[in-house]
Amino acid sequence: MAEYAYDVVIIGGGPGGYVAAVRASQLGLKVAVVEKDKLGGVCGNWGCIPSKALINQAEYFHAIPALQNLGIKVDASGLDYAKAYQKSREAAERSGKGVQFLMKKNKVEVISGTATLTGPHEATVDGKKVTAAYVVLATGSRPRQIPGFEFDEKTVLSSTGILSLQNLPKSLLILGSGAIGMEFAFVMSTFGVEVTVVEMLPRILPVEDPDTAAVVEKAFVKRGVKFLTATKALTLKTSATGVEVEVERAGKKETLKAEKLLVAVGRVPNTDNLGLDKLGVALDRGFVTVKDFYQTSIPSVFAIGDIVPSPLLAHVASKEGEIAVEYIASLMGKGKAPHEKKLDANLIPGATYCEPQIASFGWAEDKAKEKGLAYKAYSFPYNGNGKASAIERPDGLVKVLFDPKTHEILGAHVAGYNATEILHELLLAKKAELLPEDIATMVHAHPTISESVMEAARGVEGWAIHI
Amino acid sequence: MAEKVFMIALSPTMEEGAILKWRKKVGDAVKMDDILCDVETDKASMEYVSSQEGVILAIVKEVGASAKVGDTIAVIGEAGEDPTPLIAESAPSTPKAAPAPSTASTATPATAPASTPSTSIADTATSGRTKSSPLARRIAAEKGLNVAEIPGSGPGGRVVKADVEGYTPATTVKSSVPASSPLNNDRIPVSRKRGTIAKRLSESLFTAPHFFLTLGIEMDGLLTAREKLNEKRKDKLGLNAFLIKFLAEALKRHQALNASWEGDYIQNHASVDIAIAVAQPDGLITPVVRDCGSKGVLQIETELRDLIDRARNNQLKPDDYSGATFTISNLGSFGIEEFTAIINPPGAAILALGATVKTPVVADDDSIVIKKIMKVTLSCDHRVIDGAVGAAFLTEFKGMVEDPYRVLL
Repeated sequence: MAEYAYDVVIIGGGPGGYVAAVRASQLGLKVAVVEKDKLGGVCGNWGCIPSKALINQAEYFHAIPALQNLGIKVDASGLDYAKAYQKSREAAERSGKGVQFLMKKNKVEVISGTATLTGPHEATVDGKKVTAAYVVLATGSRPRQIPGFEFDEKTVLSSTGILSLQNLPKSLLILGSGAIGMEFAFVMSTFGVEVTVVEMLPRILPVEDPDTAAVVEKAFVKRGVKFLTATKALTLKTSATGVEVEVERAGKKETLKAEKLLVAVGRVPNTDNLGLDKLGVALDRGFVTVKDFYQTSIPSVFAIGDIVPSPLLAHVASKEGEIAVEYIASLMGKGKAPHEKKLDANLIPGATYCEPQIASFGWAEDKAKEKGLAYKAYSFPYNGNGKASAIERPDGLVKVLFDPKTHEILGAHVAGYNATEILHELLLAKKAELLPEDIATMVHAHPTISESVMEAARGVEGWAIHI
Repeated sequence: MAEKVFMIALSPTMEEGAILKWRKKVGDAVKMDDILCDVETDKASMEYVSSQEGVILAIVKEVGASAKVGDTIAVIGEAGEDPTPLIAESAPSTPKAAPAPSTASTATPATAPASTPSTSIADTATSGRTKSSPLARRIAAEKGLNVAEIPGSGPGGRVVKADVEGYTPATTVKSSVPASSPLNNDRIPVSRKRGTIAKRLSESLFTAPHFFLTLGIEMDGLLTAREKLNEKRKDKLGLNAFLIKFLAEALKRHQALNASWEGDYIQNHASVDIAIAVAQPDGLITPVVRDCGSKGVLQIETELRDLIDRARNNQLKPDDYSGATFTISNLGSFGIEEFTAIINPPGAAILALGATVKTPVVADDDSIVIKKIMKVTLSCDHRVIDGAVGAAFLTEFKGMVEDPYRVLL
């Protein structure tokens, strides 16, 4: 394949692209990554990583009453949000450096610039041609704009805009109660911002199970967050002092005022201006159509991550990248084709990082019911868990949906402290086709939050102990 | 397109070669002139240089396996292609007919599954254990399927839910995946029953000097009589019950055949206790109908049925199958025309019954007539029974079967 400069060129250095690059390099391929901004993509720079840093700062702040309770004199009055912002930028910086290091270590060439696909084996980066036997598109997504609510990133913010704030607003209106909306609702409300969340659907966190969503809702309401569900945002007026949003709820119109507005209603794939139409790469509603191993309609071009029709999540992008380059490597005679041809949607975990956290995979009860699936559900509450009780985090539950006949795990939902970490035991069980009894009979260290996973599995088998 | 890699003649005289070592493994890319494997030929060890290009999709002949020139030793093609159709083509057909008699019994000594057909051949070649997920096992158990027979598509050839749900026993036979032999190299522990059978039969054959007498019996008369009797009966009488009755009558007239060798004396038996050999999944057993001499066909039939039922369900007590004075073994239902049986001690003779076969017979008037003939072979313990004695008994029995009125004499 000496005719091409690289075995693989990956367009986009986010969690999909850079992971694919490392994996390709591990398999002995010559790889280049084209990145127009910063390595790490949205995840590392304007998403997962800085937001988690911010959430961590919020959690410190949230812990002040606990410190005061110990007799420690804490004066919370000097809160300087710009410092929290600084922390989040530092985290993004570290993440970017980490990715840079990985590129260097794995001898991945990083090409800075904006790439356009100019042939089945060719991308043009700022006028320069880069050729490769295979191209992997990993260009990610951007926040969705709704007409009439366009981002100005001053008062009408996207997730990027809110991460760039250096001063806290007095009040914040959030459109959308998905993971992004809820995470910022948590951060802002914790720092004392008056938060109102508007959700079009009848309940918050609509993709999550109603039971786990309820745990979060209760905690947020306690913290003073206002939720307006089944509410539609109609119009927006911005002024020097903030925003006025007219909403409609059960036929009644109402005007909500706030200093800032965060629009968090999903993300759209970055598939325009890539040269896809010219080359004839098939698209469907903006997403790239892919076959097994994430191969597009052009055999030498692959697409992964937010630009393909699978959940728009960093970990999904990474795995898809691995699958694509492993397959490419096998085509080039290096290693076996990957065992998984595509990700199984039922095995993709979702995580929402507020306090309490939510993590889940597979079927949620309301969707299972709607679909008419044969299922049973068992929930074990955190207040039956020794560790949760000892550290005063009794709000939460581990819920397992299972097949009434075989007890196959159909879905799992955890809400509460550390939910995003303890979910994986259930996910491993699901992936390996282990049964609840396998978890139920495994000794779990005491005291751990993970014991509630064991208890939930025992509950499925009809013998939870601590309840 | 995947293609087969054939064993080629690596020396002018080579007809067959054994794989010494694979230089490439499944998933490896092969270029023209790459060394594929080392082959031991009739003369020397040679390098097999590839004339094909692609990725090794499957290795059909493992190290140590021998391949004739023209045999498929591997499948090569593009990564991701499914080699199984080509492997199946190159596999010797594996007849699936299970020779085991009827029901599988729980008493069967546990044996490791013969092999797990799998999409990844290498995995099955190495592990005797079937890899399967707990969920797959549970669903298989519910469906009454044996996971070991289901090809696995999970990581490392593991049998997963989808494999079990997509499995129908018929399709596997059709796609009889790799060339796995229906035979195995297992060591099967000797059960107590097997041990007893081995000990008693070798003792019998090696200590009792056997001699064999064979003759053909015209069955037309008895079959017609039985048919007539059965016409009016709901429970049909079996042929064995009649034969046992005739044997009992013949034995009553030939004490020497109803006796045992006891070393320093011959033990005569007043009761005619006739055993019949019954096949079981894990061996055979010889339940005994006691005192046949004083029982009618009907009673013999009833007792025989009960004994055979219990024999097949492993429910016989030692009293039910020991101490026969005479034994019959009937392989007629298998189509065996004649055979010799080993005497079942303490009896001094055993009668082997063959199939009843339509046979051309030269009649008294030199015309050829078709008769239903059953060949029977009497094995006698020469320490107790002499040739003429055995012959007289057998002729008596033949006469009774052919002309039942003789029983009255």
